[in-house]
Amino acid sequence: MNTTETPFEFVTVSYLTRIGNQSAGTLAELLTGLEHCSDASIFHHTFQTLGSHHFLTEGFSNDFAQWVLSDTNRNDLAEQLAVLDVRDYVSIAALRRDLCRVVADYCTAYPHFACQSALERFYFCESVEVTAPLGRSARTLDEFRNGITRLSHSGFYFHFISSRLRLQLQTNDFSHWLADGLGLRTLADSVNHIDIYTNTLDSARAKLLRLIDRERRKA
Amino acid sequence: MSEALALGRIPLDDYAELLGAGEIEELRALAKPLQGRSIQMVNSTAVGGGVAEILIRLVPLAEELELNIHWEVMNGGEDFFEVTKAFHNALHGAPYHASQKDFDIFLAYNQSNRDRLPLDAEFVVIHDPQPAALIEARRPGANHWVWRCHIDLSHPNRTVWDFLEQFVSKYDGAMFSSPEFSRQLPIPQYLFYPAIDPLSEKNCELEREFITQVLARYRIDPLRTILTQISRFDRLKDPVGVIRAYRIVKRYFDCQLVLAGGSASDDPEGSIVLKEVLREADNDPDIRVIELPAWAPLEVNALQRASTIVIQKSLREGFGLTVSEALWKKKPVVASAVGGIPIQIIHKHTGLLSHSVEGTAYQIRFLLSHPEIAAKLGEHGHEHVKENFLITQKLKRYLTLLQTLARGL
Repeated sequence: MNTTETPFEFVTVSYLTRIGNQSAGTLAELLTGLEHCSDASIFHHTFQTLGSHHFLTEGFSNDFAQWVLSDTNRNDLAEQLAVLDVRDYVSIAALRRDLCRVVADYCTAYPHFACQSALERFYFCESVEVTAPLGRSARTLDEFRNGITRLSHSGFYFHFISSRLRLQLQTNDFSHWLADGLGLRTLADSVNHIDIYTNTLDSARAKLLRLIDRERRKA
Repeated sequence: MSEALALGRIPLDDYAELLGAGEIEELRALAKPLQGRSIQMVNSTAVGGGVAEILIRLVPLAEELELNIHWEVMNGGEDFFEVTKAFHNALHGAPYHASQKDFDIFLAYNQSNRDRLPLDAEFVVIHDPQPAALIEARRPGANHWVWRCHIDLSHPNRTVWDFLEQFVSKYDGAMFSSPEFSRQLPIPQYLFYPAIDPLSEKNCELEREFITQVLARYRIDPLRTILTQISRFDRLKDPVGVIRAYRIVKRYFDCQLVLAGGSASDDPEGSIVLKEVLREADNDPDIRVIELPAWAPLEVNALQRASTIVIQKSLREGFGLTVSEALWKKKPVVASAVGGIPIQIIHKHTGLLSHSVEGTAYQIRFLLSHPEIAAKLGEHGHEHVKENFLITQKLKRYLTLLQTLARGL
């Protein structure tokens, strides 16, 4: 069995939500907010949504899309915001640019909707992140599997979803270590292809464990 | 002389079966940098109401993580609680004519409690408006003070809020149950949800036989549809509106209505509202108005578990923990879209929201007609509570907040 000198260190994360001073009551105000809010706010309303509503696989791809759908009733714009896939982004700046572009294009095309009042206001919040090492590490695939089964939802989310921004690569902590640490590039790719939008965190973890088990059987 | 409340031990590992060992391990990891550091929680009542219920469970769990935590209850006479109840209603937007005498009473009791309580912990958490002026006891730069507001401040009475704001703005941070409740303040504001304890008597699994006994005691027929609202007899919970909604539902479905609630020691208005409710019920044999003692958790648990649908038709709401209690029991919930309720009830995902008596009745009828949808909402609601509104999540949020304050993030 492959062993690596660089162990995988399991970490967990907790987020505190800070309520920002900006809010939006129209699409035009949403655009202003998107342009000026902090990076932590963009992160909170896009990446973190995948962790906080992970048991639902319908709706909630991000808070902006959900608000546009439920409070402004602009289904077409909501869809365009929802299809922005966080896996395609390695920086908040790039994600912000696309969010702004989509909303700005819509407001230009439909100026009468841009200033229409929403049912409820959108409040820009941001995430304050605190991480904590769990004091567990893995050097082999077996140890890695064992560590993943013991991870909380937050720990799994941290390594599998929010890690994409930290790594500045289009991958996650698990795939990164499987490829670079254990040299299991095919397994790493398969893990990276688990769909985080159509799975709950639990079902994503179950798929990951199945992929690892298949690899272990090969060995 | 202060007397911190002594509470029984609650083993943290007992939660592992429900939540997974990983969640408990995570709490221990997050608590490590805070072990031995002192925390003081201060509120205005030891019994009744959501805050006391949370602290009764939260404090022993924090002790399990080796935090040096104490809970103090401020003293107040009847005059103080009458004033703070009026403040409470005014902050929720009810009409109120403030008088200097009211403010003087408020300040005098805060002053006497500042003299009585030590308030010297590294982290001091003050709950709600009643003890807000204790901040005046803070020595500059000595420790971290945060204010936890459990009420809906989205449309506060300006005079009362202006009075309180002078104290609130001196804290290091304020926590609200919804972004909508936050105010323009010069201090950081955080989103903090209240929580329920899945192992407390109010939420633990119950024997079928016990539930049957409770229903028999209150003459509720277990074989017929049961609609329930559990809440204090408080106008803001709109018990009269619930009866009106029930009457509309009754035109289409055979059903019983249970209105059950206790009273908090800081709420002098309960008995007046109870009379209004009984008048509206007008001796309807299918309406059970149950006045529970201030602390009757097993009865509440049984009534919720026996319910077909749980209602929370509040007009204003800080958060409405009874919603989370019902969702945890996988009950379909119909609730008003006010205060913190939409955070718990994501419309059509974890329950149904309504905006009026008629709307409440309509949503109840919809669920009675579609029990499979009701069951799915209950399942999703349970997951939502598990992830966001359990006491262990609350503890995690506190650990994160305290670390954030200590690091000056």
